[in-house]
Amino acid sequence: MIKTTTSQESSVGIVEKKYYTFANPPEELVLESGARIGPVTIAYETYGQLNKQKDNCILLAHAFSGDSHAAGFYATDGEGDKPGWWDFLVGPGQGIDTDKYFVICPNILGSCMGSTGPSSINPKTSRPYALDFPMMTIGDMVVTQKALIDHLGISSLLAVIGGSVGGMQVLEWCVRFPDFIRAAVPIATTMRHSALAIAFNEIARQSIMADPNWKQGKYYGGNKPDMGLAVARMVGHVTYLSDEAMRRKFGRKLQDKASFSFGFDGDFQVESYLRHQGSKFVTRFDANSLLYITKAADYFDVVEQMSNPDFLKGSGTKQTKYLVVSYSSDWLYPTYQAKELVKSLKRCSQDVSFCEIEADCGHDAFLIPDQRFTTLIGGFLDGIS
Amino acid sequence: MVSPDSENIRFDLRIIASMIDPECRVLDLGCGNGDLLAWLAANKNVIGTGVEQDKKKAAHCISRGLSVLQGDLNEEVEDYPDCSFDYVILSQTLQQVFEPARLLNSLARIGRKVIVSFPNFSHHSIRLQLLFKGVAPKSDELPYSWYDSPNIRVITLKDFRKFSRDVGYNILKEITISTNPANNEGSIIRYFTDIRATYGIYIIEKIRS
Repeated sequence: MIKTTTSQESSVGIVEKKYYTFANPPEELVLESGARIGPVTIAYETYGQLNKQKDNCILLAHAFSGDSHAAGFYATDGEGDKPGWWDFLVGPGQGIDTDKYFVICPNILGSCMGSTGPSSINPKTSRPYALDFPMMTIGDMVVTQKALIDHLGISSLLAVIGGSVGGMQVLEWCVRFPDFIRAAVPIATTMRHSALAIAFNEIARQSIMADPNWKQGKYYGGNKPDMGLAVARMVGHVTYLSDEAMRRKFGRKLQDKASFSFGFDGDFQVESYLRHQGSKFVTRFDANSLLYITKAADYFDVVEQMSNPDFLKGSGTKQTKYLVVSYSSDWLYPTYQAKELVKSLKRCSQDVSFCEIEADCGHDAFLIPDQRFTTLIGGFLDGIS
Repeated sequence: MVSPDSENIRFDLRIIASMIDPECRVLDLGCGNGDLLAWLAANKNVIGTGVEQDKKKAAHCISRGLSVLQGDLNEEVEDYPDCSFDYVILSQTLQQVFEPARLLNSLARIGRKVIVSFPNFSHHSIRLQLLFKGVAPKSDELPYSWYDSPNIRVITLKDFRKFSRDVGYNILKEITISTNPANNEGSIIRYFTDIRATYGIYIIEKIRS
């Protein structure tokens, strides 16, 4: 029986963030842009046990502001601390069943949650990289994940699963290492950003860069561009919701007052919600990381590779099984974009399943507990031969 | 993957299943809960794909390990390369299709053979209702009233045979069946098929010049 609620027996329990460092100079990692970087550290967490045949490993790719903490709690967590971002899906007896699978969740390159990113120390200057951090791509993120998997002695992945920017990483796995994966589950994602998605990212970036504290990225050790980052998050949050969800959640309700203040203090609940999301975000995320990761997502484009059977086939011994999932109210990566992906895969004679899930929560729906989603993923994983 | 007992599969689907060769590639349009595909995978090692419009049913199929696309079958059939399948199955759906000739053309392009089944509108119960009662006929196979029916056309066995000839298909096999109201039991009808069969099942292929 698959459950969505987090009770003790369906939780992975206490987990630990681990680190893998590689590409030590002079053997630096060469990025897609040609730039070199080293050493590279990737933070990651694992849940469940690797079996003897080492064939039960699932890699989770997190979304742009996510981290390696997909499930469970840290020993240091306090009373109000939340479990990992996919705690409802990953655990014993859950959709991604840690009694069966060994699950790895790495933090992406360029992030600020333990992996090397613009806030990391540049060994050449002994100061944070800031804008000296080379521009990395979604493909580069996947290359570092592959290095981690190799380091752990795993020679094939049962599945790569991820939503949003995580879904882009899934697609990069499909075109870069098709022989390495047996199944791919891109969720609420796209083969490339639409102008709409790039536009919102650009607003987020401009808002950070317009903050006087940003100082060309060299704000480490001083005042941070908190206002710019908060506004960037507010814009982002709107794109993760939907008209329906916002109507249901907020409507035109006022926050802690009965009538308008006729000023700019924030009368509406939606204003107060976005301000809260913005100020919460600045305590955990680095503004430069947002710049780099949003740009990587904007550059991402696998349309050509996904339309070429040679890329997807690999050595052609075993086909990758795909499950593409979209959400009906996602206007950041709408269903038509998921269908374009499905179309490409069909044209390349790939084994693909597709399902649009009816949900009014917008793009963020994949992070919200949903029995239908849990059953879908669990059943699909069971069916991978 | 859990395979359903064959007795739990619709009788017309059981007949269709018996016509399919082992280890071939099958596309089931309007696959519902995936019973036919699951049975074919378990018993005939068939590599199956389904298309289902209903989101719940499509999700159910995927969660039982089947490869299924949720979507409109008229659109979904467009994207496959030629001869992607050995069999394309269109069961009990033809009477709801807007452009049957166009759809069949697509099916014959992506599949070597096409299996079509539909309720026979020339069955005696339907003839008699119209003759004696003078009302739009209803039957177990076509249970809707004229105002709430999803079926936008009625087809008889004769109509289909003529249609196939006219638009350029060879009928490789015709199986006519009579089923019980629940459509889980039935028998093959050999004589006076036009008036006795509740369903016609056809394997057709494009006449390639």
